[in-house]
Amino acid sequence: MTEVIFHLPDGSARSVAAKSGQTVMQVAVQGNVRGIDAECGGACACATCHVYVEPEYVGLIPPANEEESEMLDGVAAERRPNSRLACQITVPDDVETFGVDVPECQF
Amino acid sequence: MGKGTLVIGASHAGVQCASALRDAGYAERIILVGEDDALPYHRPPLSKTFICAKVSEEDIELKSHAFYTDEQVELRRGLRADFICREARTVTLSNGETLEYDNLVLATGSRPRLWRKGEMPGNVHVLRTLADARQIVRTLKATDGTVAIVGGGYVGLELAATVRTQFGRDVVIIEASGRLLSRSASPLLSDWVARQHVLAGSRLLLNTPMVGFETSDGVVDAVVLDGQPDVKASVVILGLGIVPNEELALQAGIRCADGIMVDEFCRTDDPCVYAIGDCTRFSVAQVDRMVRLECVQNAHDQARTVAATIAGNPTPYRPVPWFWSDQMGSKLQTVGFLDNAVSSITHGDIENGKGSFFHFDSEKNLCAAETVNNPAIHMQIRRAMAAGKKLEQQRFEHEGKLDLKV
Ligand SMILES: Cc1cc2nc3c(=O)[nH]c(=O)nc-3n(C[C@H](O)[C@H](O)[C@H](O)COP(=O)(O)OP(=O)(O)OC[C@H]3O[C@@H](n4cnc5c(N)ncnc54)[C@H](O)[C@@H]3O)c2cc1C
Ligand code: FES
Repeated sequence: MTEVIFHLPDGSARSVAAKSGQTVMQVAVQGNVRGIDAECGGACACATCHVYVEPEYVGLIPPANEEESEMLDGVAAERRPNSRLACQITVPDDVETFGVDVPECQF
Repeated sequence: MGKGTLVIGASHAGVQCASALRDAGYAERIILVGEDDALPYHRPPLSKTFICAKVSEEDIELKSHAFYTDEQVELRRGLRADFICREARTVTLSNGETLEYDNLVLATGSRPRLWRKGEMPGNVHVLRTLADARQIVRTLKATDGTVAIVGGGYVGLELAATVRTQFGRDVVIIEASGRLLSRSASPLLSDWVARQHVLAGSRLLLNTPMVGFETSDGVVDAVVLDGQPDVKASVVILGLGIVPNEELALQAGIRCADGIMVDEFCRTDDPCVYAIGDCTRFSVAQVDRMVRLECVQNAHDQARTVAATIAGNPTPYRPVPWFWSDQMGSKLQTVGFLDNAVSSITHGDIENGKGSFFHFDSEKNLCAAETVNNPAIHMQIRRAMAAGKKLEQQRFEHEGKLDLKV
């Protein structure tokens, strides 16, 4: 079971255990991680589940597809190379931890 | 400590209101009363991924149990608010219990419009709740033969798409007006959507009002049409639009007019009572009518607005409405108001599944955009409109150079 570590804007961190096959967004909802709003419930339509995947983990997941990449154009916080939509990333289950940073804002 | 905030209706608007109040540092009591037994859930997947079992009930929860516990939001499920006493500032629930409030937020949403006097023979369904969705799946599994979708709005069409492509059923879409999505899309998008459904093998009957049902042993077997042969169907799904749940407010003497009337801070005409989401009607700068917005965007944005008002940091609500729909493997996204559109420009290759319709007002400024599998353009316009930026028609005349980034 992978622990997803959410680094929050206030400097604190939350660690939530992912079930196999869950997306990072679903893990955030299960764990009530604040700052990942996920207003469309994972339909890749709202861009309020923006996270920065920590560099060491970027290589563990497939890159964003065209739809996600286009939606990332609309995120409220700065878009960076490691910006992703949490609802489009399935937590890899062959690692112990997976780290993401939660941006300052989603609107 | 005061009596806190009582929220009636625990769905997109109500739950987001509780969440936004806590985000705003509101420390008083929050009680969230909802008639539905289920843990509050996202409605959009009900007609899309849930009905074909691509997602589970847990996947569509708006918030997990942890939210209600950690944030001290007292969720009271399976209870209906029956009566508001504004003088005493109390609400009486269906179990007889009376709750007091300092602030009352009505987030009662809307319900499907029923056929005439609510006549619902067996195998005729509407779709609003998780229970409705489960029932539809059971009926689809227990029957074969044609599924008739009455009403060509977004919910009906998403269901039509799912039933046709995922369940492989024969589908007939019956629409009284001359085009699909007549209330919510431009004729350009309507035509495109109609073609996709026909290409997928569905039958489309426009300008075809339904007159009633043919039944045997209380179960539907045909839809009766005006001046045309009946449509044989073993399942009928009604998508006749929605009615705002304003009765609770009306009974309390709060001003309603096909929706609970609110101002830009989501206040009703009682200073202690607010309303948000599908149940509200209000004025907006873009069009000169009072609008009701039936979408997730509005539920969430009004929820944040009311939370800011209650938390003492009022910020007026200036909506940029947006909406999405997933049908036939395509993502349709709409932003803005179509009311004032007088001309349109098409970009991309819509026939091959990627493009945009841009709509302009008489001053040649963009008032709405509809995109098909083109989220980048949708998002750029959403951001430009939210920033109050005018987008002139001439910027759209040369397709190659479109760059709308703000
Ligand atoms: C199948 C379907 C698909 C949709 N797809 C999309 C989409 O793709 N994109 C989009 O933007 N929007 C979509 N919508 C619309 C969106 O779901 C609504 O705009 C949204 O649910 C509005 O939220 P709300 O909280 O205002 O109202 P509702 O979701 O209607 O919730 C109101 C709640 O209040 C409760 N309630 C009412 N009266 C009382 C009472 N007296 N006491 C206690 N509880 C009460 C009800 O039981 C209900 O749970 C869809 C809707 C449906 C049904
Ligand atoms: S939850 Fe809406 S885009 Fe991820």
